Amino acid sequence: MSVTVIKPGLSSTLQDAGRPGFAALGVGRAGAMDGPAWQLANALAGNHHGEAAIECTLVGPTLHFTQPAVIALTGAAISAYIDGRSIPMWTRCQLPADSVLQLGGMAVGCRSYLAVRGGFDVRPILGSRSSDLHAKLGYAHGRALRAGDELPLGIATPLRWSHDMEDAHCLPWSIDPHPWFDFAFQPLALLPGSHSKLLDDNSQQLLNNGKFILSKDSNRTASRLDGHTLSLRRSLELISEATLPGTLQLPPSGQPIALLAEAPVTGGYPRIGQIAAVDLPRLAQRRPGDTVCFRQTTLDEASLRQAGQQQRLTRLLRTLTERLEHSRWKRLP
Amino acid sequence: MPPAIQCEAMAEDALLLRFGDTIDLAINARVHTAASHLRQRWPELECVPAYASLLLRFDPNEWSSTSGRTPHQRLGDVVQDALNNLSTESVDTRLVDIPVHYGDTDGPDLVEVAAITELSIDEVITRHCATEYRVAMLGFAPGFPYLLGLDPALAVRRRTDPRQRVPAGSVAIGGSQTGIYPDELPGGWQLIGRTPQRLFDITADTPSLLAAGDRVRFHAIDEATFQQLAATKSR
Repeated sequence: MSVTVIKPGLSSTLQDAGRPGFAALGVGRAGAMDGPAWQLANALAGNHHGEAAIECTLVGPTLHFTQPAVIALTGAAISAYIDGRSIPMWTRCQLPADSVLQLGGMAVGCRSYLAVRGGFDVRPILGSRSSDLHAKLGYAHGRALRAGDELPLGIATPLRWSHDMEDAHCLPWSIDPHPWFDFAFQPLALLPGSHSKLLDDNSQQLLNNGKFILSKDSNRTASRLDGHTLSLRRSLELISEATLPGTLQLPPSGQPIALLAEAPVTGGYPRIGQIAAVDLPRLAQRRPGDTVCFRQTTLDEASLRQAGQQQRLTRLLRTLTERLEHSRWKRLP
Repeated sequence: MPPAIQCEAMAEDALLLRFGDTIDLAINARVHTAASHLRQRWPELECVPAYASLLLRFDPNEWSSTSGRTPHQRLGDVVQDALNNLSTESVDTRLVDIPVHYGDTDGPDLVEVAAITELSIDEVITRHCATEYRVAMLGFAPGFPYLLGLDPALAVRRRTDPRQRVPAGSVAIGGSQTGIYPDELPGGWQLIGRTPQRLFDITADTPSLLAAGDRVRFHAIDEATFQQLAATKSR
């Protein structure tokens, strides 16, 4: 069973939890930029083993399903039609055989996730099916989807209340996206970086209170932040050290760069902060032109918030499994 | 007694250990000795070596304590203790021999490097092969080795016009370092030769030919040998 890509969208890639553990070989983690949204899409589709889903960027793909399929969409609010009929997000949908799923633009946000029951079953590389466009690893040597791609689906046990249906169906309920999508563009919590103290006074002010604009030079590797130019009190000659997703670097241009999922594993620019892990999915949902603000945080606060988020997610995943067991389809309006 | 290691909490699950702030063989050797020791003792720690630092990624839940110390503090203390008692002798490292076809289309910048360094082409090759290098770290791209130990006479600035596509296997000089491009990549280093050896192969048990800490030696081969070796590898 497979899904055919009719139109690829802007930059659609297969993503799972990524490939941790290979940074010493120069291989970054990659993986879904908005982890909770990816996990919830999988849970709604009935996947429980970290299956690969499609991460859509700004404009989603158009896909042809030859066989009936169970799907779920989460993340940024994306226009989604099955053979001309709009389908809801943050719930589970069933597509009949020979369906065309047309994903369009996003009203707000930057990344949506499409999970299909069974998961996209491409060959894992170093334990992960994530595409790393920067390192050229993953499906088709780590490139974005193209028209004509045939994406194999994993085998999933049929849903016990699933039956041959001629129309698309969805569930009569959906998850509240608010805890999982930052509609308010809240400031991102920033941990101090190795060289934060070397920022001059004005730059410290700007970093804490200024509004930055996400540049169009942004991808899965990094986002450049425009709007203010920051400078250090003295110039630094640094040797390369490990970098992480979330590291805020200051290159000579003075325009900060936030490293993201496909961050190189080492870098030599001054590090003026580390974005709290719990806020990285929020940054992943900002699109070029959106504002980005920071607020100082501490390791304790950042760790507590992350643990809290993880608990909420675990709880939701548990209740979801229960609820999905007892739900019945309804026909799309 | 070696200088103290500085610990810096870098992220919720990451602690950076600093052994110095210069590119130096002895400091880099300490990084690799530490990495190899910590990996053996705590296999679940992810160790990412760089020139003079070592990043540890850990599960904060595993390192929480009841004494009010943060996981970073606890890990930092334990690691410092373990490393302080470690001998400064470097651990046994592998020596990897890498065949290189220097010059011609495989090393399009060799002539320029010879001109800049005011050495003959043969002298550049001889000096490049004479040294034993150390893989300081892998980075930039999967399997890309940053090699320490370049003869200072061979140090040349990076190209002002970086290439969009450097062929896989290209052996290059960038400043005081030399390296090998594991895959076709963009790059600004001066290309002096090319190896038929595959540096990164995702289908292999150990995907990267080189590991940080390895010793490396180059030896010159002619084009016919290059072709022959390349054909064997692709089979």
